[in-house]
Amino acid sequence: MSALAERTAPLVHVEDVHTYYGKSHILHGVSLNVAPGEVVGLLGRNGVGKSTTLKTIMGLVRPSQGTVRFDGVAVNGVPPYRLARRGIGYVPEDRRIFRLLTVMENLRTGLDRDGMTEDKRSMLLDKAFTYFPVLKERRTQAGGTLSGGEQQMLAIARVMMLEPKIILLDEPTEGLMPRMVTQIRNIIEALHKEGVAILLVEQNVPLTLAASQRVYIMEKGAVRHHCAAAEIDVHHPIIKQYLGV
Amino acid sequence: MTTAPLDKASSLQELAADKAQSRHTAVFWMVFSLVMAALIAAPLVLPEFWRRLTTEILIWGLLAMSSDLLIGYTGMVSFGHSAFFGLGMYGAAGALLLVSPPNLWLAILFGLAGAAGAALFVAYFSTRLRDIYFAITTLIFSQIFYVIIFTWTAVTGGENGLIFTRPHLRIPFLYDARFTSTTMHWFVLAVVAGSYLILRRITQSPFGMVLQSIRENEPRTRAIGYRVENFKMVAVMLSGLFAGLAGVLYAVQNEFAAPDFVYFLTSGETVIYNVMGGIGTLVGPIVGAGFFHLMRELLSRFFGDQFPYLIPLGLIFIAMIIFLPQGIMGFARRWLNR
Amino acid sequence: MDAIAQFFHNIPIDLLIIQTVNGVVTGMILALVASGLTLIFGIMDVVNFAHGELFMLGAYLGFVVFVSTGSFWLALIGAALVVAILGAAMQIVALRPLIGRDPLNTILATFGVSLVLQNYALWQFGPVVRKIPAPIGSQFTLFYLQYPWYRLLVAALSAAIIGGFWLFLKHGKFGVWIRATAQDRVMAQAMGIPVPLVYTGVFAIGAAMAAASGVLFAPMVGVSHTMGLDWVLKAFIVVVVGGMGNFVGSIVAAIFISLIEAYTTIWLDPSRAVIVSFVILILTLLFRPTGLFAATPR
Repeated sequence: MSALAERTAPLVHVEDVHTYYGKSHILHGVSLNVAPGEVVGLLGRNGVGKSTTLKTIMGLVRPSQGTVRFDGVAVNGVPPYRLARRGIGYVPEDRRIFRLLTVMENLRTGLDRDGMTEDKRSMLLDKAFTYFPVLKERRTQAGGTLSGGEQQMLAIARVMMLEPKIILLDEPTEGLMPRMVTQIRNIIEALHKEGVAILLVEQNVPLTLAASQRVYIMEKGAVRHHCAAAEIDVHHPIIKQYLGV
Repeated sequence: MTTAPLDKASSLQELAADKAQSRHTAVFWMVFSLVMAALIAAPLVLPEFWRRLTTEILIWGLLAMSSDLLIGYTGMVSFGHSAFFGLGMYGAAGALLLVSPPNLWLAILFGLAGAAGAALFVAYFSTRLRDIYFAITTLIFSQIFYVIIFTWTAVTGGENGLIFTRPHLRIPFLYDARFTSTTMHWFVLAVVAGSYLILRRITQSPFGMVLQSIRENEPRTRAIGYRVENFKMVAVMLSGLFAGLAGVLYAVQNEFAAPDFVYFLTSGETVIYNVMGGIGTLVGPIVGAGFFHLMRELLSRFFGDQFPYLIPLGLIFIAMIIFLPQGIMGFARRWLNR
Repeated sequence: MDAIAQFFHNIPIDLLIIQTVNGVVTGMILALVASGLTLIFGIMDVVNFAHGELFMLGAYLGFVVFVSTGSFWLALIGAALVVAILGAAMQIVALRPLIGRDPLNTILATFGVSLVLQNYALWQFGPVVRKIPAPIGSQFTLFYLQYPWYRLLVAALSAAIIGGFWLFLKHGKFGVWIRATAQDRVMAQAMGIPVPLVYTGVFAIGAAMAAASGVLFAPMVGVSHTMGLDWVLKAFIVVVVGGMGNFVGSIVAAIFISLIEAYTTIWLDPSRAVIVSFVILILTLLFRPTGLFAATPR
């Protein structure tokens, strides 16, 4: 397991990060890494700091201690829009698509960037519509009129427009019907095949274990356990210990 | 039971806190007395011009203090103080013109009544609006008052304002004489110092604590159960009264009332004194007023009367908002704490 | 009932129409000023107290350009461009450091800027009122009045500028950026939109709109260093009545208030007619504090 992590230089390397919200000490020295093209799961109960970890990587919150490295470069304090352009995609917990913008305009926010050609643009759009045909149907509709599942798809699709090297996925299956959950699972798989790394925060343990190569388990703001996904299953005592009710 | 040693520890702590508190109070009274002594002596040693300037600074300081009650303690930025000040001024003018012989105490009464009326009006709306909306609305309201005063020439003298004579300083059975520059200064000093002590008492009282809690976190204060609306209204009324008092003092000192002072620029300058001096300190605004007027004097002496002193002062103001948001007093406090 | 009918019957129709035209003209200029304010507030949550001074500076700059080139149109464009740059500079220097702090700070900071700008104008240009002549001086007969064509032109131009901006907002890359930033600043950043740049850009656009209004309005009243104050107050009233951050609302409110004020001058002296806007404001605050025309945001 450790051999897997050390063989390739990590794409994202979080080292001993402490993050505060005001006076609340949320992250107590979190360390993890994600290799290029890897799917890594981040498990833990509600409130242990999984989302905060993603936000710290994305630059939405600044760590008071520790380093975040992307592609070998320290990115503490780099504004999120620069990180997005460098290749970090972020899909937040409540989707947060632009409700008053149309589906097309939502996708556009990821497409309108330097180095974009007409060909590349249509290629990426085609890709999005192939992955998510329903978005093609609804492309002139306002984002707020989409169902929860459709909004989740839009949130992932628009991040794909950035051609990211890694996607930070925060609880993508929350509140979705089982059929949609399978769809998400397939999308993660497809993205992995394309070589996009994914850091997946999820409450759905079976899905996470099936989709990821490695998992970290967090509790109370720190990483407590780290192993290959294949080593454990949903009945493993570790799971019960950190995720059981 | 483990309460016994805990009791001892906590009561020791309380003792230490009490000691610190009483030391604190002692220091306060010492400093206060020193400052008062200096201000009392001032008119006796300063030339006429500086005497008047000091008196004026005290009056603007009182206005700024009243504003601080809202900005610094309740967290409500108001641009409406020119209305309170102006109505205090015109109220006093009314008393001094209508009643013969002109009576100082009646002037104060009328002035406070006028300011209270305006304050009531503003207070009503203050409770329905938050932050930015409140600030803009107070600005608009102060302009409404300005327009009314400016156009209602019959009553207010319109553009030219009102001129009247200073009343005697008459304390029944004890004293009755015209004001001299010196006694005027002492009178203003007495009123301002008294107001300061009263305001200090208020801000340190439970009421004041609630106001500060509103400033820090209004929804939480409301959730705890306090009727935030009522507290805000009382805060606005108090603020308006002291601002009106400043207006009365100004009228009595200068013997005229003019609409210029009701223009929102007066409110703006008041806010500048607050920020420069340090909001939430009560003393800060007076220091801010002093700083502002002294700088103005210095600039016009160096660069001549026509020099637009508000340009450098405005720039200093902006710079202070960005780099020194605690104002002069805040800076002094941090420096002293080292 | 009869008395009321008599009352309305007694108002001459031609006076009504004249005041309608006046109201619309003033309303369109006010709408242009107010929409800049609304834009800045709606997208950046900044109350720009210096907006009136940007209006005033635009007028002065227009005057300067006009004096050296003789062209009104160059003056309009030149003033708008320079003030846009000035606005951007102002935002970067004074407002960017305040992002994330208590919004009250931006009110104070912009107030400070307004003081500096106002006094600067007074210092540089003096208290004498300057004049920019209108680009078209001809008039047409509106009943018994010789009504200047220029006024209609101003209304049309204001409408064109507002309309042009609306189109810009709805199409094009920057329009999407601005709208996305307005809806969710955080996610806009996560999508690679350079939010700090968007803010500066929006402020510059708002400033340019104010400056353009200043130049357009100058031939009607003359350029003075206090012209900003009166307009900014009216503009704020419009913004509150229209619903803060509501672009369409502020335009409707501007025309509404100007029309009612124009009609009021049939009976009242114009300096008193300003009371009308105050009354409308108070009524709005009492009964519909979110704005009279708060239909849909943006």
